[in-house]
Amino acid sequence: MTNTPTTFFGWIIFLIQQYHGYYLQGLLTTLETSLAGTICGCFLGFLVGIIQATDIRAQDNMIKKILLGIPWVIAKIYVTIFRGTPMIVQAMVIYYGSSTVFGIDLKPFNAAIFIILLNTGAYMSETVRGGINSIDVGQIEGAKALGMGYVPMMIYIILPQTFKIIAPQIGNTFVANIKDTSVLNVIAVTELFYITKVAAGTYFRMFEAYTITALIYLTLTLLFNGLLKLIEKYMAGKESYEVLNPAAAK
Amino acid sequence: MARQSIFKFNERVTTEAKDATYEFRGPVISVRNLEKKFGEHEVLKDISFDLFEGDVVCIIGSSGSGKSTLLRCINHLETPTSGQILYHGYPLTKDAQTINRFRSQVGMVFQQFNLFNNMTVFDNCMAGVHKVKKRSKEYSTEICMKYLEKVGMAPYVKAKPHQLSGGMKQRVAIARALAMEPEVLLFDEPTSALDPEMVGEVLSVMKQLANEGLTMVIVTHEMAFARDVSTRTIFMDKGYIVEDAPPQELFNNPKEARTREFLSRFMQG
Repeated sequence: MTNTPTTFFGWIIFLIQQYHGYYLQGLLTTLETSLAGTICGCFLGFLVGIIQATDIRAQDNMIKKILLGIPWVIAKIYVTIFRGTPMIVQAMVIYYGSSTVFGIDLKPFNAAIFIILLNTGAYMSETVRGGINSIDVGQIEGAKALGMGYVPMMIYIILPQTFKIIAPQIGNTFVANIKDTSVLNVIAVTELFYITKVAAGTYFRMFEAYTITALIYLTLTLLFNGLLKLIEKYMAGKESYEVLNPAAAK
Repeated sequence: MARQSIFKFNERVTTEAKDATYEFRGPVISVRNLEKKFGEHEVLKDISFDLFEGDVVCIIGSSGSGKSTLLRCINHLETPTSGQILYHGYPLTKDAQTINRFRSQVGMVFQQFNLFNNMTVFDNCMAGVHKVKKRSKEYSTEICMKYLEKVGMAPYVKAKPHQLSGGMKQRVAIARALAMEPEVLLFDEPTSALDPEMVGEVLSVMKQLANEGLTMVIVTHEMAFARDVSTRTIFMDKGYIVEDAPPQELFNNPKEARTREFLSRFMQG
């Protein structure tokens, strides 16, 4: 190694030249795992959130109470555990636990998505529950007064409004997940942080290698935050509406 | 037994030849010894009355007299503590299916409009007739436009509720309830959240409906409207029905001292 760089920027350029393939690979894995985990986690979060928002009334019969009560308890336990432990610990327990206890050989990549989705689901469920509870009781009474049952009411009225309320939070969760996937290097997921370890280790240039990584993370979060702002603006809908046959309007 | 009977009635009233087959002339809705408690607080005490086809019943009384609670008990938005609601002579059972069937026959208009915020004016109307009653899209569209036109809101089908004024929202809410083609329409203080100018536009729609013979129960503070439009006026106080009489009688010659006291304030004005 005769022509190794001597300056900070020299090292950065050198590392990018040498390892850009690695960095791209890591970037891709980070995006794939966080995106898949967030989307699946949102579905889980909605499911768990709906279960938790369903109130069991005193006048319901015993069978209904049990049918509603068991999922409620399971949901509560799940949310408590996953909100109460760090994701890095969950990663270890799930990854090594699945192979030693259940004999399932999860690939790190699949394990990563699984862990993110469980983690996201737990946090999303609380957001969804809060969103559902924040819907004006008048919306529910309006639906009831039309003779609408619980399921159509949820599908047509409550959930669309909840989704609109919590959409920014879903975006924030995705951005947070992009960063949080870095802890999954402990189970050898070849995401951005894990790949940087390789790039940094060869020449032992920690500072330069991780500066590149930091810039990539920053670019990603800025990019997606901007994108989310646009989506939010789009979802807010038009301010004006079209009046048909204005002459007839009173 | 009771449940089957209600379904049969539903089929009958939704047939085209309603008048030809309609023989039952008993009350559409009967309230029998209705009581409602919120904890220890007794809001309704032993309420009984009958509602016949074509009746326009206005319920008046001071705030906290139980008017709204009575209305909400009729379509089970509040579960009565005891007593019965009879629909065409059959007691309503408490299972969700029966209550939903009943609610689709007995529409309700709220003080706070309760239009669905995520839907346009048109979709609000469609929600009942298309999604609940499962009528075809063509039929639903036709009937929604018919009633939106009737309340003068047809040009605004593409607007969302938050873009409309209070009076417009209430007229849409009335159209939404009418699109269900209900036998009875319940109004829970429909003009109390509106400014005086908007009150007029909503009341004129309601007046028109009354003239067309729609069976209505209206909880209101609009005394002049109650006097001019209702066929029967009920005065409630402290959870009891104090007086139930035709409006001419109740307003001009009230029998009970409490009614006189309540009306004296209005009559002075």
